[in-house]
Amino acid sequence: MIDKTLPLSEVTSKIESGMTVGIGGWGSRRKPMALVRELLRSDITDLTVVAFGGPDVGLLARAGKIRKLVYGFVSLDSIPLDPNFTRARERGEIPETSEYDEGMFVAGLKAGANRLSFQPIRAGLGSDVLMMNPDLKTVKSPYDDEEYVAVPGLRLDVSLIHLNRADAAGNGQYLGPDPYFDDLFAMAADTTIMSVEQVVSTADLTAKAPPQTLLVPRIFVNHVVETPGGAHFTLCEPDYGRDEAFQKAYAAAARSEDDWTAFESRFLSGDEAAYQAAVETFTNEGDTK
Amino acid sequence: MTAVTTTATRADVCVAAVSDAFKDSGEVLAHAVGIVPAIGVRLAKATHTPELALSDGEAFMMSEAPPLLKTAAAGGTPEAWVPFRSIFDIVASGRRHSMMGASQIDRHGNQNISSIGDWRQPKRQLIGVRGAPGNTVNHRVDYWVAKHSARIFVDSVDVISGVGNDRATGTAGRFHDLGVVVTNLAVFGYDESGLIKVSSIHPGVTPEELQEATGFEIDASDAPLTREPTPEELAIIEAEDPKGLRHKEVPE
Repeated sequence: MIDKTLPLSEVTSKIESGMTVGIGGWGSRRKPMALVRELLRSDITDLTVVAFGGPDVGLLARAGKIRKLVYGFVSLDSIPLDPNFTRARERGEIPETSEYDEGMFVAGLKAGANRLSFQPIRAGLGSDVLMMNPDLKTVKSPYDDEEYVAVPGLRLDVSLIHLNRADAAGNGQYLGPDPYFDDLFAMAADTTIMSVEQVVSTADLTAKAPPQTLLVPRIFVNHVVETPGGAHFTLCEPDYGRDEAFQKAYAAAARSEDDWTAFESRFLSGDEAAYQAAVETFTNEGDTK
Repeated sequence: MTAVTTTATRADVCVAAVSDAFKDSGEVLAHAVGIVPAIGVRLAKATHTPELALSDGEAFMMSEAPPLLKTAAAGGTPEAWVPFRSIFDIVASGRRHSMMGASQIDRHGNQNISSIGDWRQPKRQLIGVRGAPGNTVNHRVDYWVAKHSARIFVDSVDVISGVGNDRATGTAGRFHDLGVVVTNLAVFGYDESGLIKVSSIHPGVTPEELQEATGFEIDASDAPLTREPTPEELAIIEAEDPKGLRHKEVPE
C-alpha cells in the first residue's frame, strides 16, 4: 500500500506563498484547524483562501495571511460572527474579496472539480453579488430565453480538509451527520492534505461503519496527517463536539488588542502539542470554577 | 382537567403570524431562521399544513421535530438525509419555503445580511449574503424581524442579498416570490406594484409607533389587528417552547 502519511510539522513544505488554498468544513464545523495552525506558524502569506468560513478564516485574516477571500459566509455558528474576520474586513485588511451566495460557491467548486470553466446557476441574478464581483458574467441558455450566472470554476492549488479516519493510502472517512463539501474540495485541488483524528488500516475503516462513510477516495488525496484533536475548537462529531467555552474565549479575546496578544502567546506561540496542552489546562481550569 | 386561562403574548401573536405565512406552502421544506419562525413552522405543521417538511437545522428532515434549537442528535424522528450539499439542490428545485432574518430591508423587499456601508471596506461586516440571493430567485421567501426599527426598515439597503420586487426582472423574476414580513410590531405584505404595505398591526401597537420604527413612509391607519392564536394553538406553542425562549426573542 502507498504510504501517504506526513508529519504535521512537514505540512507547510507543501504550501507556498501566493497559492490558492481551499479549506473544508463549514462555519465552525470540522475545520482542519491543526493544518491552519501550521500555516499560522509559517512564513507563508499572500494566500487566496476559498472556504465556507469559520475560525480558519478568522485566524488567517487576523494574521494578515489572506490576500483574497472567496466565501459564502464567515460564522462561528453558535456565535454568529467571527470578530477576527469582521475586524479585518472593517479595517480593509483583506485586500480582495469574492462574496458569493452559498449555492454559487458550491457551483464554483463543482465546476473546479469537473475542470469546467464555469457552472450556470440562477442564484445571484438581481442581487448585489454581481455588483460585488464585477468580473462575474452571465450566460444565455442555448436552448431557451433563460439567463444564468456563470460561476467561474474554483480551481485550488491545495485543499486542506479534516476527517474522522483514514488509512495511510489516503482513503478518508467521515462519521458525523454531514460530509460538508470536503470531497469536492479534494477533487477541485491539485494537492489535497487531509488531516484525520486517527489513521487506521483499510479493513478497520469498514469494521464498524458502513462503506458509504468513505467520503474521499485516495485518488484525490496526496498527504495524510494524523492529528488527534485536529479540528479543535470546531466540532468533529462523533469524536468531539465544538469546544464552546474555548470558542467563547477566542471570540472575546479577538475583540481587544491586549486580550488577543495574551490569547496568541498562551495558545498559538508553540507547536501543536503545546496548543493541545494549553487547551487541556484551559479546560481543567474551567472545571474547577 | 382544570381550565387554564391563557393569554397570548406578543411573541405568541408573532408565532401565529409565522404559522399563517406557511398556510399554502404545500409539501416543501420549511426553512426558518430565528426562534419565533422555528416555533411558527412547527405550529403550521401541527395545524393546517401537516405535509410541511421540517429540518433539524443540520442534516435531517424530521417527521417529528427535535427539541427547539436542538438537532436530531437530541431527539425527534429523522425522515430524510439532507446534508448541506443537498440543500442547494432543494433550493434550485423550488421545493422550499424560507423565513429569513434581515439586517436591512427596503420598501421593495430588498434584504441585506452582508455588510453595512461600502462593501469594499464595510462600516460593519455582517455574516455575508449566505443563501439569500439563491433563495429569493428560486422559492417563496418571507422575512422575520424581531426588533423592528428604522435602522432595519431603510430607504435603500447597502448590499442587496435577498432580491426585492423591483430587482426581480427577467430571469431573476421567474420563481421570485416574496410573501410577508413578520416583525414584533406588525405583519407586512406587498401591494400590486411590489411595495411593502401593512397587512396587520399587532394588538397593543399604535400606527404612530409603527411609523416611528420604520425608516420610510407606511400607512397603518386602516390596518386590522393581527389575530391572536387560539387556545389550541397556544397549547401547541407552549409544548414546543416550554422554556419560553420566544419571550426572550420578543419581550412584551
